[in-house]
Amino acid sequence: MSQDTKNYYLPGASLWPLIASIALFLMASGFSMYLNKIAPGKYVLIAGFVVLAYLLYSWFGEVIKESVSKFYNKQVDKSFRWGMGWFIFSEVMFFFGFFGALFYTRNVSVPWIADAQLLWPNFVATWPTAGPAATEAFTPMGAWGLPAINTLILLASGATLTWAHWGLMKDKRQQLTIGLILTIALGVTFLFLQAHEYAEAGFTIKTGIYGATFYMLTGFHGLHVTMGAIMLTIILFRVLKGHFDSHNHFGFEAVAWYWHFVDVVWLFLFIFVYWL
Amino acid sequence: MSTTTAAHHDDHHGHPTGIMRWIGSTNHKDIGTMYLWFSFVMFLFAGAMAMGIRAELFQPGLQFVEPEQFNRLTTLHGLIMIFGAIMPAFVGFANWQVPLMIGAPDMAFPRLNNMSFWLLIPAAILLVTSIFVPGGAVAGGWTMYPPLSVHAGMSMDMSILALHILGVSSIVGSINIITTIFNMRAPGMTLMKMPLFVWTWLITAYLLIAAMPVLAGALTMLITDRHFGTSFFNAAGGGDPVLFQHVFWFFGHPEVYIMILPAFGIISTIIPTFARKPLFGYASMVYATAAIAALSFIVWAHHMFTTGMPVAGQLFFMYSTMLISIPTGVKVFNWVATMWKGSMTFETPMLFSVAVVFLFTIGGFSGLVLAILPVDIQLQDTYYVVAHFHYVLFSGAAMAIMGGVYYWLPKWTGHMYDETLGKWHFWLTTIAFNVTFFPMHFTGLAGMPRRIPDYSLQFAEFNMISSLGAFALGLSQLLFLYVVIKCIRGGAKANANPWEGAHGLEWTVPSPAPFHTFETPPAFK
Amino acid sequence: MNKRIILSLGSVLLSLFTASANAEYALNLRAPATEIASQIYDLHMLIVWVCLGIFVVVFSLMFYSIYKHRKSVGHAAAQFHENHILEIIWTIIPVIILVSMAYPATKTIFAMKDTTAADMSVKITGHQWKWEYDYMDSGVRFISTLATTQDQIQNKDDKSEHYLLEVDNPMVVPVGKKVRLVITAKDVIHAWWVPEFGVKQDAIPGFIKEAWIRVEKPGVYRGQCAELCGKDHGFMPIVVEAMEEDKYKAWIASQQEAAKAANAGADKEWTKDDLVAAGKGVYEKNCAVCHQASGAGMPPAFPALTGSPVATGPIEGHLAIIMNGKNMMPAWKALLNDTDIAAVIAYERNALGNSAGDIIQPSAVKAAR
Repeated sequence: MSQDTKNYYLPGASLWPLIASIALFLMASGFSMYLNKIAPGKYVLIAGFVVLAYLLYSWFGEVIKESVSKFYNKQVDKSFRWGMGWFIFSEVMFFFGFFGALFYTRNVSVPWIADAQLLWPNFVATWPTAGPAATEAFTPMGAWGLPAINTLILLASGATLTWAHWGLMKDKRQQLTIGLILTIALGVTFLFLQAHEYAEAGFTIKTGIYGATFYMLTGFHGLHVTMGAIMLTIILFRVLKGHFDSHNHFGFEAVAWYWHFVDVVWLFLFIFVYWL
Repeated sequence: MSTTTAAHHDDHHGHPTGIMRWIGSTNHKDIGTMYLWFSFVMFLFAGAMAMGIRAELFQPGLQFVEPEQFNRLTTLHGLIMIFGAIMPAFVGFANWQVPLMIGAPDMAFPRLNNMSFWLLIPAAILLVTSIFVPGGAVAGGWTMYPPLSVHAGMSMDMSILALHILGVSSIVGSINIITTIFNMRAPGMTLMKMPLFVWTWLITAYLLIAAMPVLAGALTMLITDRHFGTSFFNAAGGGDPVLFQHVFWFFGHPEVYIMILPAFGIISTIIPTFARKPLFGYASMVYATAAIAALSFIVWAHHMFTTGMPVAGQLFFMYSTMLISIPTGVKVFNWVATMWKGSMTFETPMLFSVAVVFLFTIGGFSGLVLAILPVDIQLQDTYYVVAHFHYVLFSGAAMAIMGGVYYWLPKWTGHMYDETLGKWHFWLTTIAFNVTFFPMHFTGLAGMPRRIPDYSLQFAEFNMISSLGAFALGLSQLLFLYVVIKCIRGGAKANANPWEGAHGLEWTVPSPAPFHTFETPPAFK
Repeated sequence: MNKRIILSLGSVLLSLFTASANAEYALNLRAPATEIASQIYDLHMLIVWVCLGIFVVVFSLMFYSIYKHRKSVGHAAAQFHENHILEIIWTIIPVIILVSMAYPATKTIFAMKDTTAADMSVKITGHQWKWEYDYMDSGVRFISTLATTQDQIQNKDDKSEHYLLEVDNPMVVPVGKKVRLVITAKDVIHAWWVPEFGVKQDAIPGFIKEAWIRVEKPGVYRGQCAELCGKDHGFMPIVVEAMEEDKYKAWIASQQEAAKAANAGADKEWTKDDLVAAGKGVYEKNCAVCHQASGAGMPPAFPALTGSPVATGPIEGHLAIIMNGKNMMPAWKALLNDTDIAAVIAYERNALGNSAGDIIQPSAVKAAR
């Protein structure tokens, strides 16, 4: 990428970083208090979320304004690409830890617990399991009902998003808008179906190692789908406001990358949590 | 708040004053300064914890603290030294030096840069206030193994969340460093022409974004086991306490390389300067650093040799751990070869660097001893391990930091530091350090376990020696504080390049470095 | 003259490295009492010599360079910065050295893992903060607790020779027999370690890990817990007495007798005063570590017993909590016999500042199991 003659944009002093720290401080101390049943905890935690929401709105808002005002040259654009790419990599590593936990407990811990006949005389190593101290059976999540449908939904949403992107690149705003709306609708549908599944599930997060790994992995995935859907909605608003042109639309691309990442994580979930 | 007029972009950067300059900074030099001061304060605080530890261990019997309080001291000492002192210090160096070394006007994301710093404050507040909540500060070791950590009190939650915040700070900071290095080098500075310090930070940043999220996973599973009834680490539910160790050390081992690679970068900068000779084997140094980083992901279970893993696992992790000594050895040989046939002078930065090469290698050898699994069975969880990691972390990382501070103080402040006092600090530190930690190899071999507040009588003599050394070591750091403050306030004027043998773009700008540097990229050949 | 100095220094150094060195300034691993510990000892010496050799070579060169290649003696800097042949050599030689170390280490690893063909097994369970030994084939089971007194630890009394390394009931094994160790824990991770045996194995709750020993000569061997397990991690030592096989068999027989006698005591009718007096000993050995000798506890983690609703309220609740435990408090039904439980209940309710007045008999404890 050749560098423009304009200099790399360097922002002036900003209070957003400090406010971000305040938000996270409130969230962390609020959560600590809440977990330990100290009265104001819930409110401090909520206050933290409110400050965080305000912070994200303001800081991203400022970045969007700077972008729309054409402060960012090609080099800055490249920085954003690098940044988003490696951020998504760090998210991949976050899920990697939980997949590692699933792999280890299924293939190592559970068999070794079964081997310890002296301690757990009646336990047989199978999967799914809620462990040797489980008192009652439970119905695990089958892959081929709602989860399979959700897979198709997310795959479709990836396709609609790509279609929207093509619209953007060819200056077909209607295609872009409709594609985005479809993607968001599919994403929200996914979330509703997941919530329905959680409500109907025959086990909870306390159902031994199966429940723990299931809800941790699918739960964090759902959280990421939620964040992705929110980001897509913001992009939609920007599109409606006339932001982005066929050559300059990194904001759209960043969120699209994120959405595809969320989709890929789901595929791994579907295979290793639901199916196998 | 920044003004956002559409017309000109260049003036926004400005030069804020007063408190806004610090809380709202978007300047890599100021942010670097804040990181360095934060780390120094944390270093002294965690050092005070160590003084408490060594006071109790001065003699057999319990004199000053009761056992659980002792466990809190050791836990906090570890957590704060690692996350509050060493890591932020290296980030401070990265902030100050990387843009200067590559001819960039600032980091790629200046506001995120400031956020990475300011996130340290809530984390520190959470850790320090956890001392005062019911149950006291965390006491399960910095490694927080369940089930012990599952049953701990409120301070464990605060510490876990503090670590989450520190993780965000590190990940965002690392993304910033990677982007800066790849995207903002002066034209003509190809990757293989970058100063080695920049390379070591590039690779460290990759380690951080790969490893910190895994720690976040482990901490999250710990919090759900504590409060949400999950069974990740509970055999009754089908989980395994050792799972935590696997996930933790998958982060933990790269973490120790995160703490040493920037030190290698600093040493690789200082030795060529004071030997007046180019770094020997630049390309091998780059490849060796990359090899160390890659290998660091496949050795983690050497921290778990006594957990009872199958023979295949034991062999794999022993062999992979032994392998790491190869690229590390290459680096040591290259430093010696850099010195060889040079024209050396021994100002304080060089004294520290030579000591680092010598003492870190001792730590490396004790690491090799620990890598040999059958020997590790005898030494795991003993003072031999404590000796090993203090040799690599104090006389490796911390002393490299000290050397780097002396080296770059002229650039940061515009003054030369007091060379006589600097040398005093060096000798006091080096001697006191060895008096403290060398005997620990012996107490470990003789069978003294770690993390105990009281010990059987045959360990008394060496423990007393270690404690005396520790008190001297702690006091010597106050001299360091004095030298730094004295230098900031005044001293002989420093030129753009006060070191005869120094090369690099940072030495082409005035001392102290102006608020804005390289606003137009420099020519680099 | 110089030669003599070097020779005598060298021999002092060498002697310091042998196992017979002065215990206070011991520089090396303890004298091995098993074949495995012996292999480990030799492996360690091999590595130390190799590392020392490399260290001396490399740093002689460095210090020589520091001496000779200084600006102050007028040495001008060369400008070479590469030598591919040299770099290849000093990469390959370390690989060869490592392989030579890995080979004997691998053999020892296989030997350490082989727990087959054992002559007997002992189940070892780590508790906070004591060890439980269960000779599963002989029906002998007991708890091994630190015997060093608090007075010694608090510096009110002189410290005994085996300060912090002595227990009330040591583990006993026969000499020359392969003993399979089946290791687990009840609450948190501990680690069973006896340096002279070359065995250290984490004790992980819910899991069984195996190790083995074959002690070569009779003696008393002392180790410690080697994994942080809470406040008294440093106060739960391991003592193993290895004795000739006939003496071992006699010990087993006497242990079985003692167990029978203790169970018999559960059927007799005790007076309140006798129970309270017996309970004091049980309390101080088992409960005081958390609830304090005075009964004041360390709230919130360890509640006070003085004036507590449990110790002054219904006796059934008191019995239930002791038998089944709660949170960090262990289920004492597995660790104490009926008489001890009845005695400690009597003590807690009628001493420590409490005067509930009631007691229960050991037979009632037995019935509640």
